[in-house]
Order: sequence, then structure tokens, then C-alpha cells
Amino acid sequence: MKRLSLFIAAVACATLCSSPTFAAGPVKIGLVTTLSGPAGYTGEDVRDGFQLAVDEEGGKLGGVPVNVLVEDDGLKPAQGREIADRFLQQDKAQIITGPVFSNVMGAVVPDVEAAGAIYISPNAGSSAFAGANCNKNVFVVSFQNDSANIPAGEYANQHKYKNMVLLAPDYVAGHDMISGFKMRYSGQSQEILPKLGQSDYSAEIARIRSINPDAIFYFLPGGDGITFLKQYAASGLKIPLLATIFSLDERILSAVGSDASGMTLAGHYNIDFPNKTNLQFVKAFEAKYHRTPTLYAADAYDTAHLIGSALKAAGGDDTKLDAIRAALKKADFSSVRGSFAFGPNQYPIQTWYEMKVQPGPGGKDVIVTKNVLLKDFGDPFAKMCKM
Amino acid sequence: MRRANIALALTALALVALPIVATLSRQPFWISVATELVIDALAVTALDFIVGYGGMVSLGHAAFFAIGAYTVAFASTSGHNSAPLNWALAVFVSALFAAGVGAVSVRTSGVFFIMITLAFAQMVYFLIAGVKALGGDDGLSMTARDVMPGIDLANPVIYYFVVLAILAAFVLLSQRAIGARFGTVVRAAKQSERRAIALGFDVDRYRWLAFTLSGAVTGLAGALFADYQRIATPDMATWLQSGDLLVMLILGGAATLLGPVFGAIAFGVLRVALVGVTDHWMLVLGAILILVVLAGKRGLAGLIVGPDA
Amino acid sequence: MQLFIEQTINAIQLGVMLFLIASGLTLIFGIMNVINLAQGSLYMIGAFTAATAAAHGAPFIAALAFGAVCGCLASVVFEVVLVRRLYARDHLDHVLVTFGVILIVNEAVAMIWGRSPLFMATPPALAGSVNLLGVPYPAYRLVVIAIGLVVAGALYLTIGKTRLGMLIRAGATHRDLVEALGVNVSLLFTAVFAIGGFLAGIAGAAVGPILSVSVGMGEQVLITTFVVIVVGGLGSIRGAFIASLLVAAIDTFGRAYIPGLLEHLFSDTTAENLGSALSSIAIYVFMAAVLIWRPRGLFPIATR
Repeated sequence: MKRLSLFIAAVACATLCSSPTFAAGPVKIGLVTTLSGPAGYTGEDVRDGFQLAVDEEGGKLGGVPVNVLVEDDGLKPAQGREIADRFLQQDKAQIITGPVFSNVMGAVVPDVEAAGAIYISPNAGSSAFAGANCNKNVFVVSFQNDSANIPAGEYANQHKYKNMVLLAPDYVAGHDMISGFKMRYSGQSQEILPKLGQSDYSAEIARIRSINPDAIFYFLPGGDGITFLKQYAASGLKIPLLATIFSLDERILSAVGSDASGMTLAGHYNIDFPNKTNLQFVKAFEAKYHRTPTLYAADAYDTAHLIGSALKAAGGDDTKLDAIRAALKKADFSSVRGSFAFGPNQYPIQTWYEMKVQPGPGGKDVIVTKNVLLKDFGDPFAKMCKM
Repeated sequence: MRRANIALALTALALVALPIVATLSRQPFWISVATELVIDALAVTALDFIVGYGGMVSLGHAAFFAIGAYTVAFASTSGHNSAPLNWALAVFVSALFAAGVGAVSVRTSGVFFIMITLAFAQMVYFLIAGVKALGGDDGLSMTARDVMPGIDLANPVIYYFVVLAILAAFVLLSQRAIGARFGTVVRAAKQSERRAIALGFDVDRYRWLAFTLSGAVTGLAGALFADYQRIATPDMATWLQSGDLLVMLILGGAATLLGPVFGAIAFGVLRVALVGVTDHWMLVLGAILILVVLAGKRGLAGLIVGPDA
Repeated sequence: MQLFIEQTINAIQLGVMLFLIASGLTLIFGIMNVINLAQGSLYMIGAFTAATAAAHGAPFIAALAFGAVCGCLASVVFEVVLVRRLYARDHLDHVLVTFGVILIVNEAVAMIWGRSPLFMATPPALAGSVNLLGVPYPAYRLVVIAIGLVVAGALYLTIGKTRLGMLIRAGATHRDLVEALGVNVSLLFTAVFAIGGFLAGIAGAAVGPILSVSVGMGEQVLITTFVVIVVGGLGSIRGAFIASLLVAAIDTFGRAYIPGLLEHLFSDTTAENLGSALSSIAIYVFMAAVLIWRPRGLFPIATR
């Protein structure tokens, strides 16, 4: 009987002993991102990059005190949606950010839109909200997924590649990356679509060998990228590799040693960008976290500053959503990428660069920014947005 | 009054009173959380039927959950949004699949059974994730919940009570079946297969039936979840999700009346509580799981209610 | 033809690696009737420790040995602390406890090494390609095959020709008798776990240079390994060897040829989508087919 009454007491307490949240106090920002599993390092960088900006201002953004609520979506869209719902309904957060993966973004955005709150993406750039379904409450700070590959296509044309192999995992983002590349690339191509999370690319590499293309464009994020690069380097094939920085971020590079040497990348951010904001960011990030920031951290840092600029303009009141939206659109903050602006669909307009992987001063390979591929480039979906 | 009856009454009371308490405490979000827990409890009840009572460890039940969810999501996004029809369809499709898998699986036992159920679940996962019409990795997202004539399912409180009623119905049905000849044969086969066969029972057929029913009800849980969260994604079908269901079962107590409910609640509460404490909450969860298993299989139900849980 | 030769060698390499993990698993199940989902975690520990050793300057063989020893030690600790309590329990308990171990080990590795994948270099001497029947093939992969075959041979000799092996086999089928003869069966079982951990550790260390050494790499290989031991027959090393090669062949050739075959029937992208899905499930279809034909696997050991 005693155990039973303890149980009742516990249940009763759990239901009654929590206080309702008040509207005053620091502005709550809900950050739901992928912190576990093999891709967990991307979410870690998003969280840490964002938090760095907050810490630099002593717990504030744009002079406004903020409370960043961080949770793990486990790369499960339903879980991301559930967490976002909780941030919106229970914590009364009006700004939701964080998802790295487009499938989580796809699940979270509709609920944020329905609640009339604001969604700011530090990474995922699904085309679903870039065109006809654009929404005044959705802002993407990083890039648009498909069009991030157009600069790579531009490079391929410039170097007169006539016949290419396009390699990406067989899932929605993989297909988007390939179709984005083909938006600009004007030569012939053959697609090879391995499974996500595959551990052995020998079959794919053998097919590439028999096709013998001018170059290979591939999209393989995270661990898949590492595995592929290692195996490709060991295969002895010398066909040039072309990719975006999503397939070779700083962490992947540190895990492949010299196997990526000579690769060409197209990207919107690199740690060697010479502007003052970036120099400061890289130094501060390395000092605090003892590792090199990736593009995930950099874009999240920009996201935090963007939010700060908007909160400042709204006088720190996150119920003034119209003011916040207007300020967000202005994007009046210093970006680590140098120049930054939003297009009419509230996805970025930014410059894309050609980068090369080559030996650095310490002997280890580094990514070096070379030329501009596309200056102040937006995305082709913008014209379908009627905002 | 027996402890078991008191526990049952109190649990039922708590579940029914929760929306009132939540609204009074100005925490309406709790109703959403509770809805999900009740749906999980339904899936675990179905799983308990074959694992707890039947001794057949299935690592593939997540597949039935996913099939139920996708049936509803697909029907709904194709323009058919009648909840009773979609849910019935989900049960039907899951039952069909479970019957097929069961036909091949129940003839095996032990680790072979585990592996075959796992293999079929993997097949479902890869097919779901690979087919473009099912949304691939993005899954299928529904814009609105399905509708039921006369009942406003979009209202979270109403949806909660609908789900709760379904859980109650199946818990009662399950208990009836366990006590009846059908359940007795299944339990007898768990204890000693040879004896059951010697007594003249076609053990394989009873097991097949139990497996099919279990799969069908799990599919129903998946359907209810799809309408709750308005989404169906491939990660619902992985063996790790099947593992989660087993964890809930063991936390709550296998082969008990209230075990599935306690287990679903415990797992949900644990997860939320641990996430706030440490990033590495899965380590703590793993440790707790091991301790609970080694301590004895009656779980929370055994702890709270005692031997006649 | 070139593709075929290359894929055959790839299949052998994958098969040999699967065998190293599967052999430990099948021994543990066959002899002690324990389902060990944590075998993949031992593989991961082998990879991480070997990569760390290599990063600190250890020569390749030393790193390999270090990975094997760490896998072995982890397995022994695991057996003594946890598995001992599971011998008398049913399969559900095995599944749950070892599932809990997977969760713990994954997080522990993330806590120690962080969530970034680790780098492990291919030893420079083995980094080039070798000309094999006209096909350039990565030399390191051939070395991996060699390592696997050597270990497999050593395992075969140990189990089949030594006293320890005989005791293990006897302990599997007649535990009471062996105990009555004065043999410490519990120590024997620990020895089996030690062997299993050593094998999984070597496998992890060996594949470190060619795969991504990251948290969760164990789960990716675990299911395939279970398919192998089920197809091969629980408890049978010979079965595990043959099944490893068969499963590896189906997986490798499936991925290499199924999309191409489908291209003749459907359009390009449909073929790729369907081909990818079909080749993913090929090994499961194969397993189901084998079980329908031979419900206890291809080479089941005699029942106790």
C-alpha cells in the first residue's frame, strides 16, 4: 500500500508541480538540431557556433538577453516536429532554428508557420519553401540546397567537362544536389546512386572506372564522404573530383588525411576568408572549442547575429513579430562570409568560390579559396515566389 | 481491495483526468505528450501479446508501426481523409503483412525468429525509404488530421480521448484473449512447445494468429501516430525503433496488465528527464535498461502492483 | 570482365571481414546460447583504439594488435560483468541487455573521442595499387584479405586441433560432462568471449583505413553479420565462413549489377532507384530463401 501511495504522490506532483511560463524575461530561442548519431558533429557545430555568438555578448544577442533552448532531433523528422511544438507551445518561443537536415526542416516548418512564429534555418535549405510555397516567416541563412550545386556546374562548364559521373546517395537531398548541378552543367552525365550509409563503394568506383568520365561530381556528406574518399584514393583512379563543401568540411578533411588532395570544391564559406568578422570568429571558435569551425558553425554564428540584429530593432520584444520580420529581411549584420543579403524568397544571395584542397604550411592538407565562381548569386526558385 | 484493481483504477483515473489537470495548470502541451504515450502503450500492448505472453521476441514490429503510419499518410495525402476508413485500411494492410511474415516466421524459433522478423523489417525500411512516391527520406507529411463524422479530431483533447478509448478497448480485449483458450494455448506454447503439441494443439497456427493480431494492432498504433503527428517517416521502421518498443515493454513489465502503459510513460519521462541533464543521456538509458532487465522482468508493474500485476 | 574480377575480389574482402565478426558471434551463440548484439560495438572499439594508436605514431601492425587486444579486453569485461548473469536467462533478456550495452558503448566512445570521425592512415608501404589480372586493385585491400584468411586459419586450427578448441566444442554440447571432468567451464566461456572480442577488434582495426571510423559503425555491420550466422548455421565456424562469402557476394554483385540490369528494362533514374532498393534487400531475401529451404541454416551443428 505504501508503494502505491508513493506512486500516486509522484504522479500528482509531476502534473501539478510545474509553473506556467511567463512572457517576460529573456527572449527564448528554440534550437532543435541533430546532436546524436554519426551526423551528430554537424548539429554540435550549429549549437556551438550559435552559442559562441551569445557568449561573446554575455548571454545576449543584439544587446537583448536570450535563452537558447537546445534539443536533439536524432535525425528523426517526427521528433524534430515534437520538440519544435514543445518550444512553441510550452516555452512560448517565437523563433525556432537549428535543423541541419532537410527532412527535419520539412516537418518543423509547417508547425512553426501555423503558430505564426519565425523559422530561421542555419543550414537546411530545402527547395520546398523557396519557390511557390515561400512564406514570410521562413528565413534561410545558409544556402538553397539545389542551387548550392550550380557553382560546381559552372566550374565544370568552365573546364569544358563533356562527360561526367554524378554520384550521390539515393535519397531526396542526394537527388536535389544532382538536379541542382545539372541546372548549370551543360555536358553529358551518368548518375550513380549508392545507398545512404553504405560502407563499401568499390562497386561504384568500379562502375566509374568502366565509364571513364572527364570528371566526377559527388555529394556524400559526413561519414559517407570519408569512406568514399579513402576508397577512391586507394583505387588508383586519377579522374578529377569535384564537389561542394558539404562533401568535404573541415571534420571530413581531418579524417581523410591526404586522400582528398587536389580536389576542387565549390563553397560559400571557408575559414580563410579574409574579412575581419571571419578572422575574429575562427580565432574565438578555436580558442573556445579547440577545433576548427566548419561551415555549419559559421552559418549558425551568422544566424545568431542575424537574430540579434532583428531583436535589437524590435527593442527586445519577441511579440513584435512584424518588426522582427522586417529587420530580419534587412539582414543588417556582419557576416563571416563578407557580404550577405536575402533574396525575395528570403533565401540568401551570396558569392560562391572555387576552392582547392592542397598541402598547407604545416604539411597537412588545407582548403584554399581560389577564384569567384558566381558573384551575388541567389537561386532559381526565387522568381516563383510571390511574396 | 486487491492492489491490482486499485492500481488499475488509479491509472485509469489519472489518464482520464490528465487533460483537465493539464488545462488547469496551463500546460496544454501535456495533452500532446500524453497522446503519444498512449499510442506507444497501444503498440507495446500488441507487442506484449507475442513477446510477454507468447515468448516470441520480435525485432521487427517497428515495420508494422511504419506500415500503419504510411497507409494513413498515403491515403490522406492522396485526398482520402476519413479517419475510420484510413485506420481500418491501416489495420488491414498491417494484418496482411503480418500474416505473410508470420507464416514464414512462426515455424522458426529462438534466434531464427528474431532474425527473420528483423530481416522483414529491414526490407520494409529500405522499400519505404527508397520509393519516391512515399516521400523517400522526407517521408509523407499531412497538412491536416483526418476527420471523423461527429467527432472533431483536430481538437487535441478529443483526439487524446479517442486514442485512450482505443487503448482501453485493446487492453481489455487482450486480457480476455489471454484468459481464453486462444491465449492459454499461446502461453502454454511459451512454457513448453512440445507439451502443447503433445496435447494436440496446432501450435504454429495459434502462434501465427497471435502474430498477425499483434502486427495488426501495432499497425493501428502507427496509424494513430500518423494522424497525431501528421507525418510518416522511414526512421519509424528501423530495428532500433523495434528495440525502443522492447525497452518500453521491459521497463513496464512484460506479461502484465499495466506494464505497457507504465513502460510507455516511464520511457517517455526518462527520455525527457535525462535529455535535460546530460547530452549523453543514451548512456544512462542503457545502464537503466540493463539494471531493470537484470533485476527481474516484472518491471514497474511488478514493483507497484506486486505479484499479480 | 574487368568489373567482374574487381567485384569478385571486393566480395572476398568484404566476406573475410564479415567472417571475423561473425565467427565470434556464432561461437558465442552456438556454445553459450547467448545473442550478443554488442559484437558490433567490439568492432567499433577495435577501430577507434587502433586509429588512436596509429595517430600516436604506432606502426601499423602494432596498431592492429592494439585494436585486437582492446576488443579482447572489452569483451572479457563485458562477459564477466554482464553476460555471466545472462546464461540462465532467455533470449529477450539477451537482446535487451546487449542493446543497452550498444547504447552505453556508443555514448562512451562519443564522450572519449567526440563525435567527429577519426582518421586512420593506410600504411604507406601498402597504399598503392597492384596489377591483378590486368585490373589495378588497392594493395591494402589485398592485405586485409590476407589478414582475414590468416586469422580464419588460426581460428580453425585452434578450434579444431587444440585442447582449448576441443574443450570449447565439448562445452557447447555437454557442459555438465565437461564440468564433471574438472574443467572450469565458466573460464572456458570467458575464453570464448575473449576470442570473439579479439576477432572483432582485429576486423575493426583492419578496416579503419578504408572506412569511416565513427560512432555507430558497429550497427551498420551488425545486421549483416547476423544474417551471415543465421544463413551459415548457428555455432558453425565453417558455416560462418561460407555464409560470409555468399552474403558478401550477393551484396557486392547485387549493387554492381542490379542497377545495370534494370537499366535495360526501365528508364535511367527508375532503374537506379529500384536497383538501389532491390540490392539493399537482396541479402534479406537470400536469408529468407535459405531458411525456407534449410530452417536451421546451411551447416547447423549437431543439437545438444
